[in-house]
Amino acid sequence: MNIPLNITKTIHDWLFSIMPEGVATVTEWVIVAAAYLALFAVVGLYLVLLERKVAAWFQLRLGPNRVGPWGIFQTMADALKLVSKELTSNTKIDKFLYNLAPYFVILSSLIAIGVFPFSRQFQALDINIGIFFLFAISSIGVIGILLAGWSSNNKFSMIGAMRSGLQTISYELSVGLSMLTMVLLTGSLQLSEIIEVQRTGGWLIIQGHIPAIIAFMIFMIAGTAETNRAPFDLVEAESELGAGFHTEYSGMKFAYFFLAEFINMFIIASIAVVLFFGGWLSPFGITDDITWFPESIWFVIKVLGIIFLMMWFRWTFPRLRVDQLLTLEWKYLLPINLVNLVLMAIIIWLNWTI
Amino acid sequence: MSYFSDIYNGIKTLLTGMSVTGGYFIRARKGSITQQYPDNRETLKMFDRFRGEVVMPHDENNEHYCTGCQSCEIACPNGSIEIVWDRQVDPETGKKKKMIDKHIYHLGMCTMCGLCIESCPTDAIVWAQNYENSVYDRKYLTKVLNQPGSKVKAGIED
Ligand code: SF4
Ligand code: SF4
Repeated sequence: MNIPLNITKTIHDWLFSIMPEGVATVTEWVIVAAAYLALFAVVGLYLVLLERKVAAWFQLRLGPNRVGPWGIFQTMADALKLVSKELTSNTKIDKFLYNLAPYFVILSSLIAIGVFPFSRQFQALDINIGIFFLFAISSIGVIGILLAGWSSNNKFSMIGAMRSGLQTISYELSVGLSMLTMVLLTGSLQLSEIIEVQRTGGWLIIQGHIPAIIAFMIFMIAGTAETNRAPFDLVEAESELGAGFHTEYSGMKFAYFFLAEFINMFIIASIAVVLFFGGWLSPFGITDDITWFPESIWFVIKVLGIIFLMMWFRWTFPRLRVDQLLTLEWKYLLPINLVNLVLMAIIIWLNWTI
Repeated sequence: MSYFSDIYNGIKTLLTGMSVTGGYFIRARKGSITQQYPDNRETLKMFDRFRGEVVMPHDENNEHYCTGCQSCEIACPNGSIEIVWDRQVDPETGKKKKMIDKHIYHLGMCTMCGLCIESCPTDAIVWAQNYENSVYDRKYLTKVLNQPGSKVKAGIED
């Protein structure tokens, strides 16, 4: 297995100069894995903090402001607390599945994060079916949720998990179709190539104008549903189901579910940035020629913008009922999406792209 | 045809909602309603409607408005008020009349429903705005509202 690792050529060359090839490759894998785990933890923790701050500002509150300046260490303290907590469980659980479930959820989001091109060089895994891979991996998470609900032996958890199943299966379709609409435009599934297309022709949301904007809206709605966030958080609807599928979990296992939700949000936002907003490309190409400029800054800024949009949704809209959820998907999003796909095909056929 | 107008209305109402919350978000830095208690303990002032505890105001002559009618005692749903009264000779008119000895208020049992204050015909009791009511012993929660040596203000019963 030879995974192309493009993270900074210098480290790569340096490693290969001081070690035999086999050892160097393994060392490189370990370094990359460690870097991504660190990234994962930092992203997860700070998205939680950001969410709490943004939520506070939407509700005219102050948010966490005690631990460190402006509360920036609050989520670290929370994580430490969760690590040190006892892992409780009730006696009637299915032990094996109960312990397995959190890892499904967290691993699926960890794997997905590996294929994103954070900058020209910073991409662990540049496979030529990138979008397809992301799409496949992001569906695995729901197995973890179903397992968690089933193995907890608790009616509320079970209902939550079943809701998650039906929600993910329905909205997967919309996510996939809206991604497909954009893939029509790029002609490639490889993430780095999708960004290359946008370097010359402008961001895809501008290139594809009307159908691209429709696809973006559908992607945002379906993507929010994919991450099980409000207004689609039927899975853990606090007022109805306790905490939903993770009612029976405590300590670090709960933290895994909790972090995975935020990482998934990051993943959905990253897909949106790559597919619609040019990934790490700068607006109007202002820094594209400056070689030393860290392009990942643009990536992060765009991702934060999309994430802010999702938080805005969360703190504005009320939760949907299950029947409303399904009506929205099968009666509205899916037909619009199919029409949109055809529209995009016609626009490309007639060469009406900008 | 209502299909498309549904979509239009849906998007429109969602955007209206988002503009409202977005406005709050932008103004949040100025209009934050969070009180950072106990940091601002010195300056924090409760608003008028706040229900801290029931008190009986006295004027400068140590006189209150309570006639001992016991309305508040009857109105209280959980018996937080006890009125100890007796008949005394009024020094001015020379007649015997009902007067309170002690207006006893159990803060520990009070649910802050406000019915006693509503029912008082002479507005003798009002809400105080204090909010630090915790004590180390339950006995401190039983309070006598009329001050020692106080008497009812003349003419209030007419
Ligand atoms: S506020 Fe309500 S509970 Fe408290 S003393 Fe008055 S009537 Fe009783
Ligand atoms: S406080 Fe008011 S209601 Fe209660 S006994 Fe006195 S006058 Fe009557």
